[in-house]
Amino acid sequence: MTKQFELVVDRIKCDGRGLCAEILPELIRLDSWGYPIITPGPIPEHLMGLAERAVDDCPVLAIALRRAQAQKAKPR
Amino acid sequence: MSLLRLLSGPDLSTGPERLRDHANRLGPLPKGGPALIEVLVRTGLTGRGGAAFPVGLKWRAVAAGSQGTAVVIANGAEGEPHSKKDRLLMTTRPHLILDGALLAAASVHAKQIVLYIGEAHHAALRSMSQAVAERPDHERRMMRIVAAPARYVAGDSSATVHLVDTGIATPTTAPPSPRERGVGGAATLVHNVETLAHIALIARTGVATETLLITVAGAVRTPGVLELQAGTPLSEAVQLAGGASYPARAVLLGGYFGQWVEAEAAWSLPIDPHALRERGLSLGCGVIGVLPTSHCPVCEVAGIMRFLASESSAQCGPCFFGLRALADACTRIAERGTDPGDLQRLQRWSAEVLGRGACKHPDGAVMFLRSAMKTFGDDFAQHPAHQRRSA
Repeated sequence: MTKQFELVVDRIKCDGRGLCAEILPELIRLDSWGYPIITPGPIPEHLMGLAERAVDDCPVLAIALRRAQAQKAKPR
Repeated sequence: MSLLRLLSGPDLSTGPERLRDHANRLGPLPKGGPALIEVLVRTGLTGRGGAAFPVGLKWRAVAAGSQGTAVVIANGAEGEPHSKKDRLLMTTRPHLILDGALLAAASVHAKQIVLYIGEAHHAALRSMSQAVAERPDHERRMMRIVAAPARYVAGDSSATVHLVDTGIATPTTAPPSPRERGVGGAATLVHNVETLAHIALIARTGVATETLLITVAGAVRTPGVLELQAGTPLSEAVQLAGGASYPARAVLLGGYFGQWVEAEAAWSLPIDPHALRERGLSLGCGVIGVLPTSHCPVCEVAGIMRFLASESSAQCGPCFFGLRALADACTRIAERGTDPGDLQRLQRWSAEVLGRGACKHPDGAVMFLRSAMKTFGDDFAQHPAHQRRSA
């Protein structure tokens, strides 16, 4: 099986710049105050490139990819 | 066998029990180690700081990751506005807490014990310092006292570690939790001071303690701390606190991160962490707040939401902005009357904030608000515009 990844946000680092949601609106939307809400679960293969860009382009390095964990299914 | 209670021993008004009296009354400090961890797992003791995490499991995890460098933090920050139980324990039975901390240290191979005490709790700081000074050298050398700022989030377990490491009492991102990576990167066991006192007794008897400390606050004649047999009905706790001073409308169970229960339904509730959990409730930090019918629940809830919003450590956007927005909407309803738009916003923003902080502060506030809106649904739905009211 191929490795599956998910996006995680460090809430303390996150400044709500919103770039991630512009790059990857398929999986990231912004809450009422401009902070990202991430669709839970593994990132579909065809969106991996954009997910990597969202991670690389975050100006405060608040968003990261990690190996998907099966149990948690809560939007963060 | 005679029942050991946390507050057994000399009259509480005589102040902190001295080491000599403590040792005469309870005997020497028993041995910590793997056997004690298993006793704690078996007795099912849960933490008394609010999260009610099983103590034995926490010890197993920290002992496994310790490598002889673990740290024990006795958490006496007690930042919950109405709670007084931790202070009472620190000012009257300090050696129970130190015993518990030493047993924990021996069991998880820790070399350091940090006594983390709210800086505004002057008598507790005095009593605990004196108690440390009475201990033999090899014990005293392990211990130090750290004063915690009087902020609500300062009692969060990651905040206790952060203060010890950097001098800043704000929570940090989990994972890693303190028990994985705490003070100086070492596995760290953070326990509420009452939890440690229970451990001091359990280590001596080998059986579960049967009492717990609660603080009765609000509309009762003699608010204060009680040591109750677990399972005591809530009505009896209120009776022991002098009885309701005014007809009661509802009870807030577990402090500001707790839940509201209509008074009629609340009286028969057993004060027991396990029994309450089965009912979807929690004893939290052990505060029972009685709201009288003379007070408007919506205004009360708005005031507490403003407090919780102002106590955000302002690190995570959804908590800092979200709690402020929720508190403002509650305040608008309280002052200007119900607006259906505000009710919808409360629902939507609650869902947006929940689970989106580094610590549990936003979750605690949102769960409190949801419970209030459920219990006081009619009041929120048809709240009149109040005249300017000082609250």
